[in-house]
Amino acid sequence: MATVRDGMPHFDLYQPDSVEDALALLDRLGRGAHMDDGTDGPLRAWVLAGGLDCLERFKDRIRRPSAVVDLARVGALRGVRREGDETVIGPMTTLAEVARHPDIRERFGLLAEAAAQVASPQIRNQGTLGGNLSQDARCWYYRGGWPCYRAGGNICYAAAPGAMNREHAVFGARRCVAVSPSDTAPALVALEARLVIRNAARTRMVAAEDYFLGPETDITRLTVLEPDDLLVEIRIPPTWAGTRFHFEKVRDRPVWDFALASIAAAMRQTGDRIDQARLVLGSVAARPWRLPQVEAALAGRPREEAADAADLAVRGAVPLAHNGYKVTLARNLARRAILGQPPGAPSLAMGASGLMGAPDPSPARQTGKEAS
Amino acid sequence: MCDHDAAMSRPAGMTRRQFIRSVIATGVVSFSVPLLPARGGAAARTAPGTVERLVTLTVNGMRRRVDVLPNETLAQTLRGKLGLTGVKVGCDRAECGACTVLVDDVPVYSCSTLTHSVLGKAILTVEGLASPGGELHPLQQGVLDEQGFQCGYCAPGFLMTALGYLKTNPDPTRQQLAHGVSGNLCRCQDYDKILTGLLRGAEYMRRG
Repeated sequence: MATVRDGMPHFDLYQPDSVEDALALLDRLGRGAHMDDGTDGPLRAWVLAGGLDCLERFKDRIRRPSAVVDLARVGALRGVRREGDETVIGPMTTLAEVARHPDIRERFGLLAEAAAQVASPQIRNQGTLGGNLSQDARCWYYRGGWPCYRAGGNICYAAAPGAMNREHAVFGARRCVAVSPSDTAPALVALEARLVIRNAARTRMVAAEDYFLGPETDITRLTVLEPDDLLVEIRIPPTWAGTRFHFEKVRDRPVWDFALASIAAAMRQTGDRIDQARLVLGSVAARPWRLPQVEAALAGRPREEAADAADLAVRGAVPLAHNGYKVTLARNLARRAILGQPPGAPSLAMGASGLMGAPDPSPARQTGKEAS
Repeated sequence: MCDHDAAMSRPAGMTRRQFIRSVIATGVVSFSVPLLPARGGAAARTAPGTVERLVTLTVNGMRRRVDVLPNETLAQTLRGKLGLTGVKVGCDRAECGACTVLVDDVPVYSCSTLTHSVLGKAILTVEGLASPGGELHPLQQGVLDEQGFQCGYCAPGFLMTALGYLKTNPDPTRQQLAHGVSGNLCRCQDYDKILTGLLRGAEYMRRG
């Protein structure tokens, strides 16, 4: 798709300063003009948070909303507060603010770490937690404007013969093989966060796990948000506060890149024994990929003894032509999370002998391999 | 003949010149009337959150009135409307950092920020670093002394990012500063000398 450099096509810009005004605007404009056949028009209003997921698509003419509702002035959607023993985060809180907030760092370091590893410093300064959770798929066929399943067409270019699919899904793909690009999503699923969604008519609360949709539910979107919906709160219960956390993100470059795979884990331990655990993989499926079979196998066992449960993480994986490495990677990430091994240097250096290879080869075995 | 026709159609007691003036004035007034409410409260009342086009930006300590389109990025406004061409547009996709400016002391990609979303905030570009007398900012001087950049296209972005980072950590290690400016790319691959220059600049800043 040709890249257009002359700025964005026109849209009407609205900058409401309250949630009520934003909801009223979305109620009026969210679904766009109705078409003759009764469906929503293509030019609906777009909710703008940090702008990093959508402005580039406006520039490329991949999305052409007739109106944009910018949430920058809705102060009520920004900030972190305590309500009882729950931590409540406004979705317009920037990723940088989430990463350095004392309460989040102290009780939910898993989320702080995930936020700290998103993209680049400037993107963390502008990008918001709500936007990071709700961003669209990054499959470049889809992003490039190809008429694929996710765009309403009838083919998946990424799974076609000869396609480039190194970054795509190994779990839960159905027709579309795009993955969830978010780093904070697996962390919030692991922490059993709940998300409050409002539209002009009602307020509803969904578990973070149910906020994200796989292609089997809806192939055209990654979250449950409807065009007139607004994510208004992210609530983290005290359930996993202060437990042992492990977040690890593997990517080609240490900055900017989306994860090839990531893991977010929360484990409640007595001494070395794991009583209860939540493990969630990122960027291997269209939604954060929870590992209930691993969680069940870990319960009540010392972690050294339970590390082999990581093999269960990749049961049922279906790699594409170029992403078989993600299966090994996912298993080794789960293993390191269970053992509590410090994340490796987030760089290419780990490619050859670390996470991509056999799990924890002993120096003796490595030497043996080299000799033979 | 001519005089006779004109006298027939214009009101009695009016010269030809007065008549033409009144016709023009009537046209101007009737054309302008629909525009007047749109500039004031009526539009705002019917649609909450509607934005004005003529806005005031605070850039490099000065208040600047500027006509901004709703779909205009901060980089477009700063470069195209205010002439601040130190703001470089490398990728226009939040992937290179050349357009970085400070908004309330925080580094952001101006190519991926709507101008309307920074109204009321203090914007600082590389043009605002040197003193009015032309004396370079210590960070610029440090980079100059170490000959930090090769082609220099990425320099304004690096300077602004580093300045924003140094406000949070005035005495960083080389590793910390590298992480702080990791959202900026240099196609000359001159990172080593850039870091040396920025560290020298940080040292000058600490000395004051």
